[in-house]
Amino acid sequence: MFWEKNIETMAPKALKALQLKRLKKTLESVSGNVPFYRDRLKAQGIKLADIRSVDDIRRVPFTLIEDLRKNYPFGLLAVDKSKIARLHTSSGTTGKPKAIFFTRGDVDNSANLIARCLVMTGVTNRDVFQNMMSYGLFTGGLVMHYGAEKVGALVIPAAIGNTDRQIMLMRDFGTTSVHITPSYALYLADSMERSGVDPKKGLSLKRAYMGAEPHSEETRKKIEAAFGIDVYNSYGLSEMNGPGVAFECPYKDGMHVWEDNFILEIIDPKTNESLPDGAEGELVLTTLNREGMPILRYRTRDLTRVLPGKCRCGRTHRRIARITGRVDDMFIIRGVNVFPQQIERVLMGIKGVGRNYVIELDSYDKLTVRVELDKGTAVNNVESLSVLKKEIEDKLRNEILVRPKVELSEPGTLPVSEGKAKRVIDNRTI
Amino acid sequence: MKEIKQLSIFAENRPGKVERLAGIMAENKVNILAINITSMGDFGVLKFIVDKPEAAYRGLKRDGFAVTVNKVLGIEMDDRPGGLFRVSKVLRENGVNVDNAYVLVPDHRKKALLVIETRELAKAKKVKGL
Repeated sequence: MFWEKNIETMAPKALKALQLKRLKKTLESVSGNVPFYRDRLKAQGIKLADIRSVDDIRRVPFTLIEDLRKNYPFGLLAVDKSKIARLHTSSGTTGKPKAIFFTRGDVDNSANLIARCLVMTGVTNRDVFQNMMSYGLFTGGLVMHYGAEKVGALVIPAAIGNTDRQIMLMRDFGTTSVHITPSYALYLADSMERSGVDPKKGLSLKRAYMGAEPHSEETRKKIEAAFGIDVYNSYGLSEMNGPGVAFECPYKDGMHVWEDNFILEIIDPKTNESLPDGAEGELVLTTLNREGMPILRYRTRDLTRVLPGKCRCGRTHRRIARITGRVDDMFIIRGVNVFPQQIERVLMGIKGVGRNYVIELDSYDKLTVRVELDKGTAVNNVESLSVLKKEIEDKLRNEILVRPKVELSEPGTLPVSEGKAKRVIDNRTI
Repeated sequence: MKEIKQLSIFAENRPGKVERLAGIMAENKVNILAINITSMGDFGVLKFIVDKPEAAYRGLKRDGFAVTVNKVLGIEMDDRPGGLFRVSKVLRENGVNVDNAYVLVPDHRKKALLVIETRELAKAKKVKGL
Protein backbone atom coordinates (compact mmCIF):
# COMPACT_ATOMS: atom_id res chain seq x y z
CA MET A 1 0.00 0.00 0.00
CA PHE A 2 1.19 3.51 -0.83
CA TRP A 3 0.38 6.67 1.10
CA GLU A 4 1.75 8.93 -1.65
CA LYS A 5 2.32 6.65 -4.62
CA ASN A 6 3.40 9.35 -7.07
CA ILE A 7 6.14 10.60 -4.83
CA GLU A 8 7.20 7.20 -3.54
CA THR A 9 7.61 5.79 -7.05
CA MET A 10 8.82 8.96 -8.71
CA ALA A 11 11.29 8.41 -11.53
CA PRO A 12 14.87 9.04 -10.35
CA LYS A 13 15.35 11.99 -12.73
CA ALA A 14 12.21 13.71 -11.54
CA LEU A 15 13.16 12.98 -7.93
CA LYS A 16 16.55 14.61 -8.46
CA ALA A 17 14.87 17.65 -10.04
CA LEU A 18 12.56 17.92 -7.04
CA GLN A 19 15.53 17.64 -4.70
CA LEU A 20 17.33 20.43 -6.52
CA LYS A 21 14.31 22.68 -6.40
CA ARG A 22 13.92 22.12 -2.67
CA LEU A 23 17.64 22.46 -2.02
CA LYS A 24 17.68 25.87 -3.65
CA LYS A 25 14.71 26.93 -1.58
CA THR A 26 16.39 25.66 1.59
CA LEU A 27 19.64 27.46 0.83
CA GLU A 28 17.72 30.64 0.14
CA SER A 29 15.96 30.35 3.48
CA VAL A 30 19.07 29.72 5.57
CA SER A 31 21.27 32.25 3.83
CA GLY A 32 18.58 34.85 4.31
CA ASN A 33 17.57 34.02 7.86
CA VAL A 34 20.24 32.04 9.69
CA PRO A 35 23.45 34.02 10.36
CA PHE A 36 25.34 30.81 11.14
CA TYR A 37 24.68 29.40 7.67
CA ARG A 38 24.82 32.74 5.88
CA ASP A 39 28.31 33.40 7.20
CA ARG A 40 29.46 29.90 6.37
CA LEU A 41 28.19 29.96 2.79
CA LYS A 42 29.77 33.36 2.34
CA ALA A 43 33.07 32.16 3.75
CA GLN A 44 33.06 29.29 1.23
CA GLY A 45 32.18 31.69 -1.55
CA ILE A 46 28.99 29.79 -2.34
CA LYS A 47 26.33 31.73 -4.21
CA LEU A 48 22.86 30.37 -4.85
CA ALA A 49 23.39 30.62 -8.58
CA ASP A 50 26.30 28.19 -8.25
CA ILE A 51 24.01 25.38 -7.10
CA ARG A 52 23.10 23.66 -10.35
CA SER A 53 22.89 20.06 -9.24
CA VAL A 54 22.14 18.23 -6.03
CA ASP A 55 25.78 17.11 -5.85
CA ASP A 56 26.79 20.75 -5.47
CA ILE A 57 25.72 20.33 -1.84
CA ARG A 58 29.19 18.88 -1.35
CA ARG A 59 30.58 22.39 -1.47
CA VAL A 60 28.73 23.23 1.72
CA PRO A 61 30.58 22.57 5.01
CA PHE A 62 29.19 19.91 7.33
CA THR A 63 27.00 20.73 10.27
CA LEU A 64 28.14 18.97 13.43
CA ILE A 65 26.45 18.21 16.72
CA GLU A 66 28.68 20.89 18.30
CA ASP A 67 27.18 23.46 15.90
CA LEU A 68 23.72 22.66 17.20
CA ARG A 69 24.94 22.93 20.77
CA LYS A 70 26.77 26.21 20.13
CA ASN A 71 23.68 27.71 18.53
CA TYR A 72 21.39 26.65 21.34
CA PRO A 73 18.73 27.81 21.83
CA PHE A 74 17.54 29.86 18.87
CA GLY A 75 20.63 30.25 16.70
CA LEU A 76 19.50 28.00 13.86
CA LEU A 77 15.90 29.20 13.56
CA ALA A 78 15.03 30.13 10.00
CA VAL A 79 11.66 31.69 10.76
CA ASP A 80 10.28 34.05 13.35
CA LYS A 81 9.73 32.44 16.76
CA SER A 82 6.03 33.19 16.50
CA LYS A 83 5.78 30.68 13.66
CA ILE A 84 7.18 27.84 15.77
CA ALA A 85 4.61 25.39 17.03
CA ARG A 86 6.73 22.80 18.78
CA LEU A 87 10.12 22.18 20.33
CA HIS A 88 11.90 18.88 20.80
CA THR A 89 15.24 18.59 22.57
CA SER A 90 17.77 15.93 23.39
CA SER A 91 18.69 15.01 26.93
CA GLY A 92 21.41 16.80 28.88
CA THR A 93 21.61 19.57 31.42
CA THR A 94 25.33 19.81 32.04
CA GLY A 95 26.29 19.97 28.38
CA LYS A 96 24.03 22.04 26.12
CA PRO A 97 21.23 19.99 24.54
CA LYS A 98 20.11 20.19 20.92
CA ALA A 99 16.91 22.09 20.18
CA ILE A 100 14.83 21.25 17.11
CA PHE A 101 12.00 23.58 16.13
CA PHE A 102 8.87 22.63 14.21
CA THR A 103 6.44 25.00 12.47
CA ARG A 104 2.88 23.78 11.97
CA GLY A 105 4.00 22.79 8.49
CA ASP A 106 6.93 20.80 9.90
CA VAL A 107 4.65 19.02 12.39
CA ASP A 108 2.35 18.04 9.58
CA ASN A 109 5.15 17.07 7.23
CA SER A 110 6.90 14.85 9.74
CA ALA A 111 3.56 13.17 10.43
CA ASN A 112 3.16 12.71 6.70
CA LEU A 113 6.48 10.90 6.40
CA ILE A 114 5.46 8.59 9.21
CA ALA A 115 2.17 7.94 7.45
CA ARG A 116 4.13 6.80 4.40
CA CYS A 117 6.10 4.39 6.57
CA LEU A 118 3.08 2.94 8.33
CA VAL A 119 0.89 2.56 5.25
CA MET A 120 3.83 1.00 3.42
CA THR A 121 3.82 -1.76 6.00
CA GLY A 122 0.11 -2.36 6.11
CA VAL A 123 -1.37 0.01 8.69
CA THR A 124 -4.92 1.24 7.97
CA ASN A 125 -7.60 3.06 9.93
CA ARG A 126 -8.67 -0.32 11.25
CA ASP A 127 -5.44 -0.76 13.17
CA VAL A 128 -4.79 -0.10 16.86
CA PHE A 129 -1.39 1.50 17.29
CA GLN A 130 0.33 1.38 20.68
CA ASN A 131 3.20 3.85 20.87
CA MET A 132 5.53 2.39 23.49
CA MET A 133 8.23 5.04 23.28
CA SER A 134 9.04 7.93 25.56
CA TYR A 135 6.72 10.88 25.10
CA GLY A 136 7.54 14.45 26.04
CA LEU A 137 10.70 16.01 24.65
CA PHE A 138 11.71 12.89 22.74
CA THR A 139 10.64 12.78 19.12
CA GLY A 140 9.90 9.05 19.23
CA GLY A 141 6.70 9.78 21.12
CA LEU A 142 4.80 12.63 19.53
CA VAL A 143 6.18 12.42 16.00
CA MET A 144 5.20 8.77 15.60
CA HIS A 145 1.93 9.50 17.36
CA TYR A 146 0.89 12.25 14.96
CA GLY A 147 1.82 10.06 11.99
CA ALA A 148 -0.24 7.13 13.21
CA GLU A 149 -3.18 9.44 13.87
CA LYS A 150 -2.87 10.80 10.33
CA VAL A 151 -3.30 7.31 8.95
CA GLY A 152 -6.44 7.04 11.03
CA ALA A 153 -5.32 4.28 13.35
CA LEU A 154 -6.56 4.21 16.94
CA VAL A 155 -3.49 5.52 18.73
CA ILE A 156 -2.71 4.53 22.32
CA PRO A 157 -0.06 6.87 23.81
CA ALA A 158 1.21 4.15 26.13
CA ALA A 159 4.78 5.56 26.44
CA ILE A 160 7.34 3.39 28.19
CA GLY A 161 7.41 1.16 31.22
CA ASN A 162 4.76 -0.44 33.36
CA THR A 163 4.81 -3.76 31.58
CA ASP A 164 1.66 -5.09 33.19
CA ARG A 165 -0.27 -2.12 31.92
CA GLN A 166 1.23 -2.39 28.43
CA ILE A 167 0.04 -6.00 28.21
CA MET A 168 -3.37 -5.07 29.56
CA LEU A 169 -3.73 -2.35 26.94
CA MET A 170 -2.71 -4.74 24.18
CA ARG A 171 -5.20 -7.33 25.35
CA ASP A 172 -8.15 -5.06 26.11
CA PHE A 173 -7.92 -2.85 23.05
CA GLY A 174 -6.66 -5.38 20.52
CA THR A 175 -3.41 -3.61 19.67
CA THR A 176 -2.23 -4.62 16.20
CA SER A 177 0.85 -2.44 15.78
CA VAL A 178 3.48 -1.21 18.23
CA HIS A 179 6.41 1.22 18.18
CA ILE A 180 9.01 -0.15 20.58
CA THR A 181 12.75 -0.55 21.24
CA PRO A 182 14.25 -3.97 20.52
CA SER A 183 15.37 -4.40 24.15
CA TYR A 184 11.92 -3.75 25.44
CA ALA A 185 10.33 -6.06 22.90
CA LEU A 186 12.58 -8.89 24.09
CA TYR A 187 11.87 -8.05 27.68
CA LEU A 188 8.13 -8.01 27.01
CA ALA A 189 8.22 -11.44 25.39
CA ASP A 190 10.21 -12.77 28.35
CA SER A 191 7.83 -11.20 30.87
CA MET A 192 4.80 -12.69 29.20
CA GLU A 193 6.32 -16.14 28.92
CA ARG A 194 7.33 -16.07 32.57
CA SER A 195 3.80 -15.24 33.63
CA GLY A 196 2.45 -18.12 31.59
CA VAL A 197 1.06 -16.13 28.66
CA ASP A 198 2.08 -17.12 25.13
CA PRO A 199 2.92 -13.85 23.32
CA LYS A 200 1.86 -15.52 20.07
CA LYS A 201 -1.63 -16.38 21.28
CA GLY A 202 -2.86 -13.90 23.88
CA LEU A 203 -2.59 -10.81 21.65
CA SER A 204 -3.80 -9.40 18.32
CA LEU A 205 -0.38 -8.06 17.32
CA LYS A 206 0.50 -7.98 13.64
CA ARG A 207 3.56 -5.80 13.45
CA ALA A 208 6.20 -3.97 15.46
CA TYR A 209 8.28 -0.98 14.43
CA MET A 210 11.64 -1.09 16.09
CA GLY A 211 13.73 1.98 16.36
CA ALA A 212 16.02 4.04 18.55
CA GLU A 213 18.54 1.22 19.11
CA PRO A 214 20.70 -0.48 16.54
CA HIS A 215 19.93 -4.17 16.45
CA SER A 216 20.91 -7.24 14.46
CA GLU A 217 18.97 -9.33 11.95
CA GLU A 218 19.01 -12.13 14.54
CA THR A 219 17.26 -9.93 17.07
CA ARG A 220 14.58 -9.02 14.53
CA LYS A 221 13.95 -12.68 13.72
CA LYS A 222 13.89 -13.56 17.41
CA ILE A 223 11.21 -10.99 18.12
CA GLU A 224 9.23 -12.00 15.04
CA ALA A 225 9.28 -15.59 16.23
CA ALA A 226 8.43 -14.74 19.82
CA PHE A 227 5.31 -12.77 18.92
CA GLY A 228 4.43 -14.29 15.56
CA ILE A 229 4.50 -10.87 13.87
CA ASP A 230 6.36 -8.82 11.28
CA VAL A 231 9.06 -6.55 12.64
CA TYR A 232 10.19 -3.51 10.65
CA ASN A 233 13.34 -1.50 11.19
CA SER A 234 12.85 2.25 11.63
CA TYR A 235 15.60 4.87 11.46
CA GLY A 236 15.47 8.46 12.54
CA LEU A 237 17.14 11.11 14.66
CA SER A 238 15.69 14.11 16.42
CA GLU A 239 17.72 16.49 14.26
CA MET A 240 15.84 15.11 11.24
CA ASN A 241 12.36 15.26 12.85
CA GLY A 242 12.75 11.98 14.69
CA PRO A 243 11.43 8.68 13.33
CA GLY A 244 10.40 8.63 9.69
CA VAL A 245 13.75 9.33 8.03
CA ALA A 246 14.18 5.80 6.73
CA PHE A 247 11.93 2.78 7.02
CA GLU A 248 11.69 -0.81 5.82
CA CYS A 249 9.08 -1.81 3.27
CA PRO A 250 7.41 -5.24 3.26
CA TYR A 251 10.53 -6.74 1.64
CA LYS A 252 12.60 -5.91 4.75
CA ASP A 253 15.71 -5.42 2.67
CA GLY A 254 17.10 -2.09 3.76
CA MET A 255 15.30 1.09 4.82
CA HIS A 256 13.97 3.56 2.23
CA VAL A 257 15.20 7.09 2.90
CA TRP A 258 12.58 9.63 1.82
CA GLU A 259 14.74 11.42 -0.69
CA ASP A 260 12.20 14.11 -1.49
CA ASN A 261 12.73 15.24 2.12
CA PHE A 262 16.42 14.47 2.70
CA ILE A 263 19.58 14.56 0.67
CA LEU A 264 21.36 11.35 1.55
CA GLU A 265 25.16 11.16 1.47
CA ILE A 266 27.67 8.61 2.67
CA ILE A 267 31.13 9.90 3.52
CA ASP A 268 34.40 8.48 4.74
CA PRO A 269 34.44 9.74 8.33
CA LYS A 270 38.21 10.19 8.29
CA THR A 271 38.75 11.90 4.94
CA ASN A 272 35.27 13.45 4.53
CA GLU A 273 35.22 12.23 0.92
CA SER A 274 31.90 11.25 -0.60
CA LEU A 275 31.51 7.52 -1.13
CA PRO A 276 29.57 5.72 -3.86
CA ASP A 277 26.49 3.56 -3.30
CA GLY A 278 27.44 0.29 -1.66
CA ALA A 279 30.42 1.62 0.32
CA GLU A 280 30.06 1.86 4.09
CA GLY A 281 30.61 5.20 5.73
CA GLU A 282 29.01 7.92 7.82
CA LEU A 283 25.48 8.99 6.95
CA VAL A 284 25.13 12.69 6.22
CA LEU A 285 21.66 14.23 5.81
CA THR A 286 20.37 17.57 4.53
CA THR A 287 16.77 18.59 5.15
CA LEU A 288 14.85 19.62 2.03
CA ASN A 289 11.40 20.23 3.38
CA ARG A 290 11.81 21.93 6.76
CA GLU A 291 10.62 25.44 7.51
CA GLY A 292 11.54 26.04 11.14
CA MET A 293 15.07 24.79 11.26
CA PRO A 294 16.63 23.47 8.07
CA ILE A 295 19.96 21.70 8.56
CA LEU A 296 22.64 21.33 5.90
CA ARG A 297 24.91 18.28 5.63
CA TYR A 298 24.42 17.02 9.16
CA ARG A 299 26.93 14.39 10.23
CA THR A 300 24.83 11.77 11.97
CA ARG A 301 27.84 9.74 13.21
CA ASP A 302 25.89 6.63 12.21
CA LEU A 303 27.63 4.10 9.97
CA THR A 304 25.78 2.50 7.10
CA ARG A 305 25.82 2.05 3.31
CA VAL A 306 23.39 2.65 0.46
CA LEU A 307 22.01 -0.58 -1.00
CA PRO A 308 22.40 -0.37 -4.73
CA GLY A 309 19.68 -1.51 -7.13
CA LYS A 310 15.92 -1.32 -7.33
CA CYS A 311 13.66 -2.47 -4.54
CA ARG A 312 10.98 -4.97 -5.45
CA CYS A 313 8.33 -2.77 -3.81
CA GLY A 314 8.64 -0.29 -6.67
CA ARG A 315 9.74 2.67 -4.56
CA THR A 316 12.54 4.66 -6.13
CA HIS A 317 13.83 6.23 -2.92
CA ARG A 318 17.12 4.52 -2.15
CA ARG A 319 17.63 2.22 0.80
CA ILE A 320 20.26 2.21 3.50
CA ALA A 321 21.38 -0.90 5.36
CA ARG A 322 20.75 -1.29 9.09
CA ILE A 323 23.08 0.93 11.12
CA THR A 324 26.23 -1.00 11.97
CA GLY A 325 27.80 1.32 14.52
CA ARG A 326 28.78 4.83 15.52
CA VAL A 327 31.74 7.00 14.68
CA ASP A 328 31.75 8.36 18.23
CA ASP A 329 31.17 6.65 21.57
CA MET A 330 27.52 7.47 22.02
CA PHE A 331 25.36 4.54 23.06
CA ILE A 332 21.62 4.05 23.30
CA ILE A 333 19.88 2.55 26.31
CA ARG A 334 16.12 2.32 26.82
CA GLY A 335 15.78 4.31 23.62
CA VAL A 336 17.80 7.25 24.94
CA ASN A 337 21.08 8.55 23.49
CA VAL A 338 23.83 8.78 26.08
CA PHE A 339 27.37 10.09 25.69
CA PRO A 340 29.92 8.73 28.19
CA GLN A 341 31.12 12.32 28.58
CA GLN A 342 27.78 13.21 30.17
CA ILE A 343 28.32 10.55 32.81
CA GLU A 344 31.89 11.66 33.30
CA ARG A 345 30.88 15.29 33.83
CA VAL A 346 28.36 14.32 36.49
CA LEU A 347 30.81 12.07 38.34
CA MET A 348 33.55 14.66 38.38
CA GLY A 349 31.19 17.05 40.10
CA ILE A 350 30.40 14.74 43.01
CA LYS A 351 32.51 14.86 46.16
CA GLY A 352 33.72 11.47 47.26
CA VAL A 353 33.94 9.99 43.77
CA GLY A 354 37.28 9.09 42.24
CA ARG A 355 38.52 9.60 38.69
CA ASN A 356 38.03 6.18 37.26
CA TYR A 357 34.71 4.73 36.17
CA VAL A 358 33.34 2.07 33.87
CA ILE A 359 29.98 1.95 32.12
CA GLU A 360 28.49 -1.51 31.57
CA LEU A 361 25.57 -2.28 29.31
CA ASP A 362 23.80 -5.62 29.61
CA SER A 363 20.62 -7.19 28.21
CA TYR A 364 17.96 -6.08 28.75
CA ASP A 365 18.23 -2.34 29.20
CA LYS A 366 20.67 -2.72 32.11
CA LEU A 367 22.99 0.21 32.68
CA THR A 368 25.60 -0.06 35.44
CA VAL A 369 28.07 2.67 36.31
CA ARG A 370 30.98 1.41 38.37
CA VAL A 371 32.89 4.22 40.04
CA GLU A 372 35.81 4.28 42.43
CA LEU A 373 35.43 5.76 45.86
CA ASP A 374 37.85 8.62 46.33
CA LYS A 375 40.76 7.59 48.58
CA GLY A 376 40.10 10.47 50.91
CA THR A 377 36.36 9.92 51.32
CA ALA A 378 35.16 9.58 54.90
CA VAL A 379 34.16 5.97 55.55
CA ASN A 380 31.83 6.10 58.51
CA ASN A 381 29.18 3.51 57.97
CA VAL A 382 27.21 1.84 55.20
CA GLU A 383 24.43 4.41 55.53
CA SER A 384 26.59 7.35 54.56
CA LEU A 385 28.02 5.41 51.62
CA SER A 386 24.53 4.36 50.53
CA VAL A 387 23.55 8.01 50.59
CA LEU A 388 26.53 8.78 48.35
CA LYS A 389 25.53 5.95 46.04
CA LYS A 390 21.99 7.30 45.79
CA GLU A 391 23.29 10.81 45.18
CA ILE A 392 25.30 9.50 42.24
CA GLU A 393 22.30 7.60 40.87
CA ASP A 394 20.00 10.63 41.19
CA LYS A 395 22.42 13.04 39.57
CA LEU A 396 23.15 10.66 36.70
CA ARG A 397 19.46 10.08 36.14
CA ASN A 398 18.82 13.81 36.01
CA GLU A 399 21.49 14.23 33.36
CA ILE A 400 21.04 11.24 31.08
CA LEU A 401 17.34 10.61 31.79
CA VAL A 402 17.70 6.93 32.53
CA ARG A 403 18.41 5.61 36.03
CA PRO A 404 21.61 3.57 36.22
CA LYS A 405 22.63 1.04 38.84
CA VAL A 406 25.68 2.48 40.60
CA GLU A 407 28.33 0.29 42.15
CA LEU A 408 31.11 1.65 44.33
CA SER A 409 34.58 0.23 43.75
CA GLU A 410 37.64 0.38 45.95
CA PRO A 411 40.13 3.12 45.05
CA GLY A 412 42.66 2.08 42.40
CA THR A 413 40.81 -1.03 41.25
CA LEU A 414 39.27 0.18 37.96
CA PRO A 415 41.22 0.55 34.71
CA VAL A 416 42.85 3.97 34.53
CA SER A 417 41.53 6.26 31.85
CA GLU A 418 44.18 7.23 29.35
CA GLY A 419 42.89 9.76 26.90
CA LYS A 420 40.42 7.97 24.67
CA ALA A 421 40.35 4.76 26.70
CA LYS A 422 37.25 2.65 26.24
CA ARG A 423 34.92 3.43 29.11
CA VAL A 424 31.90 1.56 27.84
CA ILE A 425 31.62 -2.23 27.98
CA ASP A 426 28.65 -3.34 25.91
CA ASN A 427 27.68 -6.91 26.78
CA ARG A 428 24.32 -6.76 25.10
CA THR A 429 23.43 -9.41 22.58
CA ILE A 430 20.90 -7.31 20.69
CA MET B 1 35.26 4.39 80.13
CA LYS B 2 37.72 5.54 77.54
CA GLU B 3 37.82 6.92 74.05
CA ILE B 4 39.20 4.44 71.52
CA LYS B 5 40.26 4.85 67.92
CA GLN B 6 38.30 2.71 65.44
CA LEU B 7 39.36 2.14 61.84
CA SER B 8 36.53 2.08 59.27
CA ILE B 9 37.49 0.60 55.92
CA PHE B 10 35.49 0.53 52.67
CA ALA B 11 35.65 -2.70 50.69
CA GLU B 12 33.75 -4.44 47.93
CA ASN B 13 31.65 -7.31 49.16
CA ARG B 14 33.67 -10.12 47.62
CA PRO B 15 35.68 -13.07 49.00
CA GLY B 16 39.19 -12.29 50.15
CA LYS B 17 38.71 -8.89 51.73
CA VAL B 18 39.06 -9.91 55.36
CA GLU B 19 42.12 -11.94 54.40
CA ARG B 20 43.66 -8.97 52.60
CA LEU B 21 43.05 -6.56 55.47
CA ALA B 22 44.23 -9.04 58.08
CA GLY B 23 47.32 -9.54 55.97
CA ILE B 24 48.08 -5.82 55.98
CA MET B 25 47.65 -5.75 59.75
CA ALA B 26 50.02 -8.68 60.13
CA GLU B 27 52.63 -7.09 57.84
CA ASN B 28 52.54 -3.99 59.96
CA LYS B 29 52.81 -5.99 63.17
CA VAL B 30 49.40 -4.80 64.31
CA ASN B 31 47.27 -6.89 66.63
CA ILE B 32 43.53 -6.92 65.97
CA LEU B 33 41.40 -6.67 69.12
CA ALA B 34 37.93 -6.55 67.58
CA ILE B 35 36.27 -6.63 64.16
CA ASN B 36 32.81 -5.64 63.00
CA ILE B 37 31.44 -5.90 59.48
CA THR B 38 28.33 -4.39 57.91
CA SER B 39 27.49 -5.21 54.30
CA MET B 40 25.10 -3.44 52.01
CA GLY B 41 24.75 -5.30 48.74
CA ASP B 42 27.94 -5.08 46.72
CA PHE B 43 30.00 -3.17 49.27
CA GLY B 44 30.58 -3.07 53.01
CA VAL B 45 32.38 -1.31 55.80
CA LEU B 46 34.78 -3.23 58.03
CA LYS B 47 35.56 -1.78 61.43
CA PHE B 48 38.61 -2.72 63.42
CA ILE B 49 39.91 -2.01 66.91
CA VAL B 50 43.67 -2.60 66.94
CA ASP B 51 46.55 -2.15 69.36
CA LYS B 52 48.43 0.25 67.03
CA PRO B 53 45.85 2.31 65.16
CA GLU B 54 48.36 4.77 63.62
CA ALA B 55 50.52 2.01 62.16
CA ALA B 56 47.45 0.21 60.85
CA TYR B 57 46.10 3.41 59.28
CA ARG B 58 49.38 4.10 57.51
CA GLY B 59 49.61 0.54 56.26
CA LEU B 60 46.05 0.55 54.92
CA LYS B 61 46.49 3.92 53.24
CA ARG B 62 49.71 2.75 51.59
CA ASP B 63 47.82 -0.20 50.21
CA GLY B 64 45.25 2.11 48.64
CA PHE B 65 42.26 1.56 50.89
CA ALA B 66 39.70 4.23 51.71
CA VAL B 67 39.96 4.28 55.51
CA THR B 68 38.83 6.65 58.22
CA VAL B 69 39.70 6.79 61.90
CA ASN B 70 36.79 7.64 64.14
CA LYS B 71 36.40 7.84 67.86
CA VAL B 72 34.31 5.32 69.73
CA LEU B 73 33.75 4.68 73.40
CA GLY B 74 35.03 1.69 75.32
CA ILE B 75 32.96 0.93 78.40
CA GLU B 76 34.04 -1.69 80.90
CA MET B 77 31.41 -4.12 82.00
CA ASP B 78 31.34 -7.26 84.10
CA ASP B 79 31.82 -10.39 82.08
CA ARG B 80 28.84 -11.92 83.83
CA PRO B 81 25.07 -12.09 83.27
CA GLY B 82 23.62 -8.59 83.69
CA GLY B 83 26.79 -6.83 82.63
CA LEU B 84 25.42 -5.42 79.40
CA PHE B 85 22.04 -4.74 80.97
CA ARG B 86 23.54 -2.46 83.58
CA VAL B 87 25.62 -0.47 81.11
CA SER B 88 22.84 -0.01 78.58
CA LYS B 89 20.47 1.12 81.34
CA VAL B 90 22.83 3.92 82.30
CA LEU B 91 23.25 4.95 78.66
CA ARG B 92 19.51 5.11 78.14
CA GLU B 93 18.98 7.07 81.35
CA ASN B 94 21.40 9.64 80.00
CA GLY B 95 19.80 9.84 76.56
CA VAL B 96 22.70 8.29 74.69
CA ASN B 97 21.69 6.38 71.57
CA VAL B 98 23.85 3.51 70.37
CA ASP B 99 24.39 3.21 66.60
CA ASN B 100 26.69 0.22 66.71
CA ALA B 101 28.12 -2.01 69.42
CA TYR B 102 30.48 -4.91 69.68
CA VAL B 103 32.67 -6.47 72.33
CA LEU B 104 36.33 -6.83 73.11
CA VAL B 105 37.19 -9.47 75.65
CA PRO B 106 40.67 -9.09 77.15
CA ASP B 107 42.73 -12.07 78.30
CA HIS B 108 41.90 -11.89 81.96
CA ARG B 109 38.17 -12.24 81.27
CA LYS B 110 37.31 -10.36 84.44
CA LYS B 111 35.82 -7.50 82.50
CA ALA B 112 34.61 -7.19 78.93
CA LEU B 113 34.93 -4.01 76.92
CA LEU B 114 31.76 -2.85 75.24
CA VAL B 115 32.63 -0.74 72.24
CA ILE B 116 29.86 1.61 71.19
CA GLU B 117 29.46 4.05 68.34
CA THR B 118 27.29 6.98 69.08
CA ARG B 119 26.61 10.32 67.50
CA GLU B 120 26.45 11.76 71.01
CA LEU B 121 30.06 11.03 71.89
CA ALA B 122 30.63 14.24 73.88
CA LYS B 123 27.51 13.64 75.95
CA ALA B 124 28.33 9.98 76.47
CA LYS B 125 31.83 10.74 77.75
CA LYS B 126 30.35 12.77 80.60
CA VAL B 127 28.01 9.99 81.78
CA LYS B 128 28.70 8.93 85.34
CA GLY B 129 28.59 5.36 86.48
CA LEU B 130 30.23 3.74 83.48
